[in-house]
Amino acid sequence: MQKRAVFGSRIVPYALLAPQLAITLVFFYWPASQAVWQSFHLEDAFGLSTEFVGFENYVHLFSQPEYYRAMWTTLVFSTAVTVLSLSVALYLAVMADKQLRAAATYKTLLMWPYAVAPAVAGVLWLFMFQPSLGLVARGLRLWGLDWNPLLNGTHAMTLVVLAATWKQISYNFLFFLAGLQAIPKSLIEASAIDGAGPTRRFWTIIFPLLSPTTFFLIVVNVVYVFFDTFGIIDAVTGGGPAKATETLVYKVYSDGRLGGDLGGSAAQSVILMFIVIALTAIQFRYIERKVTY
Amino acid sequence: MASVTLESVRKVYAGNVEAVKGVSLDIADGSFCVLVGPSGCGKSTLLRMIAGLETITAGKIRIGDRIVNDIEPAERDIAMVFQNYALYPHMNVYDNMAYGLRNRGTPKPEIDKRVREAARILAIEPFLDRKPRQLSGGQRQRVAMGRAIVRKPQVFLFDEPLSNLDAKLRVQMRVEIKRLQRALGVTSVYVTHDQVEAMTLSDKLVVMNHGVIEQIGTPSDVYRRPQTRFVATFIGSPPMNIMEGIVEGPNLVSVGGSLLPVADMRADLKADTRIHVGIRPEDVRVVEDGGTAFRIDVDFIEELGATQLFHGKIAGDEFVLQAPTGLIAASARQLALTVDATNVHLFDRETGQRLGQVDP
Ligand SMILES: Nc1ncnc2c1ncn2[C@@H]1O[C@H](COP(=O)(O)OP(=O)(O)O)[C@@H](O)[C@H]1O
Ligand SMILES: [Mg+2]
Repeated sequence: MQKRAVFGSRIVPYALLAPQLAITLVFFYWPASQAVWQSFHLEDAFGLSTEFVGFENYVHLFSQPEYYRAMWTTLVFSTAVTVLSLSVALYLAVMADKQLRAAATYKTLLMWPYAVAPAVAGVLWLFMFQPSLGLVARGLRLWGLDWNPLLNGTHAMTLVVLAATWKQISYNFLFFLAGLQAIPKSLIEASAIDGAGPTRRFWTIIFPLLSPTTFFLIVVNVVYVFFDTFGIIDAVTGGGPAKATETLVYKVYSDGRLGGDLGGSAAQSVILMFIVIALTAIQFRYIERKVTY
Repeated sequence: MASVTLESVRKVYAGNVEAVKGVSLDIADGSFCVLVGPSGCGKSTLLRMIAGLETITAGKIRIGDRIVNDIEPAERDIAMVFQNYALYPHMNVYDNMAYGLRNRGTPKPEIDKRVREAARILAIEPFLDRKPRQLSGGQRQRVAMGRAIVRKPQVFLFDEPLSNLDAKLRVQMRVEIKRLQRALGVTSVYVTHDQVEAMTLSDKLVVMNHGVIEQIGTPSDVYRRPQTRFVATFIGSPPMNIMEGIVEGPNLVSVGGSLLPVADMRADLKADTRIHVGIRPEDVRVVEDGGTAFRIDVDFIEELGATQLFHGKIAGDEFVLQAPTGLIAASARQLALTVDATNVHLFDRETGQRLGQVDP
């Protein structure tokens, strides 16, 4: 049996949907269609004239080595952040799950980073790792590491990865913790009686049972890294040094806003849009099928 | 196989909850021991201490001749069937059963042999490739049993394994568990709150209440000679009637002014002592109004099919009488009853202890 609400009038359901639809139209479909329109046009630097150019913006984009470089940067960045933030969060969640009943405070503390705005998180990390003043940077220098994210691309990447990871851990932690707590205690006990030690128990029982959560989080984190880390990158490195931390999203901004290439920037937005749609589609497909054990 | 011995075992949970208050128990090798008691009486706690899932606050638990207090569950050579079955949802039936063997490094051909053997015994061969969620409650129950038997443990532990099944399946699985235990001869400890399950399954019945053992005995022992008022009313359905009574003399009490001879009565009870008199609903007979008869006023009748329950009052106390349907006219308003002296049980009003001869 399907659940169906029954409305007296035909108009009521539409009226109820209207605000949601309006918001989606104004804040999503309208800018999205603008971007699509723009991506097929060439605008002069002052915005005085536009000219229809077909796929030229796209063709141009894919002929730029910088674009492939930004893709690669994004890939490295998102993989690093996702893997790092998921593993740290999972580790913390497993530890917390053991202690838990006593300590709701843990949860609150670990949740704090998530409440911090991306740019603020970025600045925080920037301070800590600032080559001449930053606490951590000094420590690193004492250890003999010539830390300088302002000049060294790898250092810069490490820094944004850390900042982005730190901010995402709390979110992942909460989901993992909820996932862990949803695993019936008797399953763990059964596997203990069945002779599985803690490590084996984790990999044969707990981790597989967490897979729906893990999968969900991978998608969410990738989306986060793709789009939501703009603030962090902008605050910490501004895409530099020498574009070492310029991700796809940051490139949209730097090409469009700083470089004045609105058409090219719009084309990039459209491509990003397709990436999100693809990720979402994958998620829906998987959540419906594979992940239910 | 192995015996299981408990010596003054106690469990105090955090927050000073004393769930088990000094329990001593001998479970003979190969026997079927059932722990029965109302919810919250500490029976799961006791079982989980035997399994090693709870620490033992005080006392000793022995499996065979090993003290297992500090031994990990995996090393105790036990298998447990949980109330919710605790099947691994991401593994198919085969893997669920093979898991424990794989963890112990059993060779593959041996695992295969044992799993298929268990599946055959439990008639779950067609489901070996299925995930637990694709099975009915009864089938899951069998898989849980299968997971226990493939390991060939020294002891089976069951925690209310049938309580998630519907009534019909419960009766069927009860018989199967009993048969399986007989065939395998593995020492079993079984926890339930269902007294019918307890009576039918056990070689040794242990009645618990509030963290202590009220009585240990064979099912018929416990039924025929309950050592406390709690046991008297907990075992047997409908429960034993308990009435106010007065000692009239040696082997003689009165209830509501009627005299009742008693076979099992402590010799030192003084006349006029107030006591509780217990009589099972099925132990009374209707008689023509005569000398030693006592009377009840019938309030209403419950039909159970083969038998009828006559609810009434005797001198203010509730009284239930069970009789084969049709034996007593349904129109009866008042009944004169008699009971054999051997079927009258006396209990101390304060302590609830049986006031019988020490050695019957
Ligand atoms: N983990 C625990 N922490 C504190 N108290 C508990 C815990 N488990 C059980 N108890 C308490 O111990 C008593 C016995 O519980 P349990 O052994 O589960 O009873 P039963 O299985 O007979 O219903 C109950 O009062 C219960 O509330
Ligand atoms: Mg219980």
